[in-house]
Amino acid sequence: MRLGSSKQIAERAIGAGALVVAALAPFLFSDFFVNSILTQALILGIGAASLIFLSAYGGMISLAQAGLMGIAGYALANMVTQRVPGGETKGLLLGWDPTVALIAAILLTTAIGLVFGAVASRSYGIYFLMLTLTYTVIAFLFVGSVTLIGGFSPVAGVDEYTPGFIGDIVNDRQRLYFISLIAAVLVYVLVRYLVRTPFGISFQGVRDEPVRMASLGYNIALHRTLAFGIGAFIAALGGVLYAWWFGQLSPTIMGLDATIQLLVIAVIGGLRRIEGAWLGAVAFLLINNEVTNRIPASGLPVIGGTFNTVIGFIFLAIVIVSPDGLMGLWDRLWELAGRNRPPRGTADAQPATEASG
Amino acid sequence: MSFRAEHVARRLALLAAAAAGAFAIVYILFLATTTDEFGQGNWRATNFGSAVHNPQAFFEVLLDALTFAGLLFIVASGFSLIFGLMRVVNMAHGAFYLLGGYIAYEVQQRMTGSGFALQSTDVSTLDWVVPWLVAMACIGLFGLAVQQLLLRWNQGQDLRQALITIAVSVIVADQVIAHFPRTVPAGTQQFGGNAVSLTWPGWTNQFVDLHVAGVSYSLARLTMLALGVGVGIALWLWLQRTKTGMVIRAGVDDRQMTSALGINIQVTFAIAFLVGSALAAFGAVVGGSQSSIAQGQDGQWLLFSLVVVIIGGMGSLAGAAVGSIMYGLVFSFAVAYLPTTGDNCCTQYSVVLTFVLMALVLAFRPQGLFGKAA
Repeated sequence: MRLGSSKQIAERAIGAGALVVAALAPFLFSDFFVNSILTQALILGIGAASLIFLSAYGGMISLAQAGLMGIAGYALANMVTQRVPGGETKGLLLGWDPTVALIAAILLTTAIGLVFGAVASRSYGIYFLMLTLTYTVIAFLFVGSVTLIGGFSPVAGVDEYTPGFIGDIVNDRQRLYFISLIAAVLVYVLVRYLVRTPFGISFQGVRDEPVRMASLGYNIALHRTLAFGIGAFIAALGGVLYAWWFGQLSPTIMGLDATIQLLVIAVIGGLRRIEGAWLGAVAFLLINNEVTNRIPASGLPVIGGTFNTVIGFIFLAIVIVSPDGLMGLWDRLWELAGRNRPPRGTADAQPATEASG
Repeated sequence: MSFRAEHVARRLALLAAAAAGAFAIVYILFLATTTDEFGQGNWRATNFGSAVHNPQAFFEVLLDALTFAGLLFIVASGFSLIFGLMRVVNMAHGAFYLLGGYIAYEVQQRMTGSGFALQSTDVSTLDWVVPWLVAMACIGLFGLAVQQLLLRWNQGQDLRQALITIAVSVIVADQVIAHFPRTVPAGTQQFGGNAVSLTWPGWTNQFVDLHVAGVSYSLARLTMLALGVGVGIALWLWLQRTKTGMVIRAGVDDRQMTSALGINIQVTFAIAFLVGSALAAFGAVVGGSQSSIAQGQDGQWLLFSLVVVIIGGMGSLAGAAVGSIMYGLVFSFAVAYLPTTGDNCCTQYSVVLTFVLMALVLAFRPQGLFGKAA
């Protein structure tokens, strides 16, 4: 029986500790902190996890994930809100049963993800990055310009119609926190499980040696399409949670800024390890909160501008100094510390090969 | 087995593409009707009816498409030039567009001093050319600085470079909103990222009778097309007939071999980045004169550039031209001929067609129409 390296033991201990803190968070921190920082971090972390899943195990950096989250949110909002006198007026107001709507929204988003994935399945590297970025921008413009399902003003009331097992999240924000926590843990477990299945192994093979895998008879395009569909499914989970958290949807939740925000989270956390998603999300939101509170209304001192300028510089610094983000920094520290020790155990995410241009 | 399935799928996609294209042509030429004939809500009801019914509107939309394609080409050719030589996806291209447009606006306002609602009769050719040159110079040098400081030392790491340019675009877009427009009409509050317009010189403010189906068309828009064609010819001559152009083409084909021949490819890279960035500002001055410069256009123009080069093929001048024309046609005809009636008068489905166009092209050629296999 192998016990794993000291690094793995340390990581497991930290992970277990983080989970305990997360489970007790509503009793440790203020309501504001739990709702605005932690709940949002868990949800955005799920979105970032879908991005990191594709990038770490498939070498595909997808900028479509924010768009897919938005699609799921908009689908849910249109299906679930009801036409009542004096009620909401935006969207289709289909008034479906919330459980049915929830499942339908996730399935629809996954199906759209499969179509997106099929179109992009033969594009690699920066081509893939560009193509997936156009997906998000098109989705953004679609919900903005098709006034039937939304338009540029917000679709409200999505949080008032939740399935029975979700319960009242408008007044009981702790409920939403725990639901997000459970969803985040499930996504984490799902990804860790998936990459150990035969599909997950061959998917990683496709990442490292596409030509060899193709000559072994694997269908490269199909693997990448399916993985993109799984990524869309995870993003859809994040998307419906985000819709509940916001309570209303406007196209900005899936615009270019939202895409960059998700990418920044994933890059801060580290594009090669799934844990980085939530680490990056917490770090991002803490920085956001701290900086936004300190910026005067007139903008940043000397140069002017808002939080975006600050996060732009932070993002730039991370990409320049440590492209693998905080998790990469952590891995490097262990390597430095472990120079004289025996080689560490195998990590499950091998470094992605440089994208073929 | 899977190979055959893929083969059949591609055949089907080709068939679907041909059918969709044929239907679009038949629809625009014959099927489309006006709301007077079939009433609101009919799927065939459009603003003008079919080309046979109303040839004048058809030709005007066609000209709209081609003139818009001219503008698309100016912006996208710069994007494509940078990518073709250096494999850098300049995600800040849209932000450069925005900054260039605002710089030109400020210069024009200073020169004419006529305030916010500038009439085109007050603008001489010089009042347009100087802002245009200043904006191109500023953005060209800014792009050069970004390339030298942030992109030169990590050549070959294309994803990292794309992330770096994303960071640049976030910072530039936010700074632009914080500081522009600086010139606002007296008595109004300065509001960051507000829409402003550049103004074409006075002589363009007229309609030209083209003697085709009674079409009189805006000279300003025709100028836009002429500028696009001019940029295309200039780039073609530069790349085909000059020494720098030869080196650039050699660099596109084989970077290492070119530098092994003793050519300083770094200088060529710098020139390409300078010119490519300047073209973003060129496009912004033209686009800002035709419509406006406003916050949010950075993302829009990044999308336009991406779509054009994804369709046409990265790094190919002909690809950028064909991509611009195809996208211009789809964009303009979709806006004019898709039914926009009923309760949802203002719904625009044209953006969906952008995706359809891209998906169809990529289904057959993942590298774009004129792109070389990666």
